[in-house]
Amino acid sequence: MGEPQEIIPIEKSDLVGVVAQLSAEGYRLVQIGCSTLESAYELNYSFDKEYRFKNLRITVTPGEEVPSISAVYPNAFLYENEIHDLFGVVVRNINIDYGGTLYRTAIKTPFSTENVKLPEPPKQKAEAPSQPTDKPKHQGEIPGVQRD
Amino acid sequence: MAHKNVIPFGPQHPVLPEPIHFDLVTEDERIVDAIPSISYVHRGLERLIEKRDFIDFVHVADRICGLCSFMHAMGYSQAVEEIMGIEVPERALYLRTIWAELSRIHSHIFWLGVAADAFGFESLFMQSLRLREVVLDIFEATTGARVILGVCKVGGVRRDIDAATLKGIVDRLASLKKDLEELSPVFIDDYSIRHRLVGVGYISQQDAYTLGCVGPMARASGLAMDMRTLGYAAYKYLDVEPMVETTGDCYARCLVRIREMFHSMDLIRQAVGKIPEGPVDLKVKGAPNGEYFSRVEQPRGEVIHYAKGNGSRFLQRFRVRVPTFSNIPAMIKVLKGSEVADVPNIILTLDPCISCTER
Amino acid sequence: MRSFTMTKTVIKNLLAGPATLMYPKRKRTFTPITRGRVDNDINKCIFCGLCGRRCPTYAILVTKESKEWQIDRLKCCACDLCVEICPVKSLSMENQYAPPATDRTAGVYKLKKADEGGAETDKS
Repeated sequence: MGEPQEIIPIEKSDLVGVVAQLSAEGYRLVQIGCSTLESAYELNYSFDKEYRFKNLRITVTPGEEVPSISAVYPNAFLYENEIHDLFGVVVRNINIDYGGTLYRTAIKTPFSTENVKLPEPPKQKAEAPSQPTDKPKHQGEIPGVQRD
Repeated sequence: MAHKNVIPFGPQHPVLPEPIHFDLVTEDERIVDAIPSISYVHRGLERLIEKRDFIDFVHVADRICGLCSFMHAMGYSQAVEEIMGIEVPERALYLRTIWAELSRIHSHIFWLGVAADAFGFESLFMQSLRLREVVLDIFEATTGARVILGVCKVGGVRRDIDAATLKGIVDRLASLKKDLEELSPVFIDDYSIRHRLVGVGYISQQDAYTLGCVGPMARASGLAMDMRTLGYAAYKYLDVEPMVETTGDCYARCLVRIREMFHSMDLIRQAVGKIPEGPVDLKVKGAPNGEYFSRVEQPRGEVIHYAKGNGSRFLQRFRVRVPTFSNIPAMIKVLKGSEVADVPNIILTLDPCISCTER
Repeated sequence: MRSFTMTKTVIKNLLAGPATLMYPKRKRTFTPITRGRVDNDINKCIFCGLCGRRCPTYAILVTKESKEWQIDRLKCCACDLCVEICPVKSLSMENQYAPPATDRTAGVYKLKKADEGGAETDKS
């Protein structure tokens, strides 16, 4: 069933160039998403033109700076501010920069690599996909709520 | 030299169903700039995947928003099913389509009511919500709950609807259609409503495309963008037509939503005619390993669900990009140059669903 | 542009009466599958604890040694998963909503199976 979706990994230095070329061809910006990996962040830039979906992917380490694409697509500022507030990735030269006040959370950067605990993949046995090692032990004996 | 003032709009305002804040910079009565600010209902739902199985997470996805609840669960289930390569049975696809179109109808009727309340026409608001009860009663009779349905799951749907109930649904919708046909001329032809909506909040087609407008806001400016034509769920067997208007102002957005309601009723009638017999769900074994972007057309536009798994029972990442988040930059462009008294109207035609925006 | 477009609807509504119900004087009719609140037939329960493990909000507490089953109705979101998974079908979903409560502990509903085979209920 699914539609064809392309994911193209590129380097951080090529980012603005490729994005400017896509904008000239008539693609619209759909979203900028971020995922936390073991000790890096993976940014996904998604574009769409007449229902063809294209993704650019760059990987940055914590502390590295990323150039902003809001010179090409002015509506990117909301996504880039969100990435900065939730993940701690520094984005340079956003056209409207909230400076960390877009999301006011109790802990700063709740999704950064220190705060997020990734699930471990299952051990490579014969077939062991339903043996996770970190399922929280919430049998009925623990009363009430775990607000962690 | 005009004097600049900053007027705060929201987060509490009689017109807004959910809290959002705009700082409006005005000169006399004209708006020069607008700065949005969100984060009043941020719940951090995306980190709950660390604590809930990928099968139980469907119930969290249902609760991201109240009005678009079923489509969030459907988008999540589709993303996980594509990663795992599961083929959902045909009858489940048709049932999902029927519930999704019913969600669209009730969301648009609700919008019409709230829009009427925004320009002061209270009795029209009451009448619209009275008609919406018909759809909520259909939900309760088929799924057990009025707003948060809880029927979609990974691998299909949890409940079946038998043929007699399906025919009952089509009949009730036929009588709802007659009532809506009496109500829509009020929105389309009434003198005071046209005075408030025509020519207000204009955005051109080119701006709407580059600023990332989706949903009825884009379709009202001439862009024929409707994710249902991609053919997910049972839409590949039905004939879907995006409703497009070219004027680009608030009146056009109102017209697009009214026409979409009637089109949804027609789609439900087509789906009930074509639904096959068969099972409604599939047993799911294993865990997702891979990633996928799933695109669904919600009542407010195009929503993207991104899921990534690495083989364990907990997903690694889940992200939702909702249509309101994408429409906010376009809304800023629309607000520049309009009058202060028109602002509640314009913001309402965006149909803000803020609990989706800041999951 | 026309005026007085709502007149026909207004007169129809005036003659038909109100659409609302005088709740709680008149009760609402629920459908047979409405998800209201969860109840347990304690004589059939085997205290396996599957419902407590499946509950997404951790509202159910099962203690096998003292044969107690407890649900916090204010946390229950009526998702119907516990009823589906119960192996002896002692749990059931009633179609009336749980009554309102004035503080958080008042929603807890405890059931204990007495050793003689009868059932004691202790609503706290």
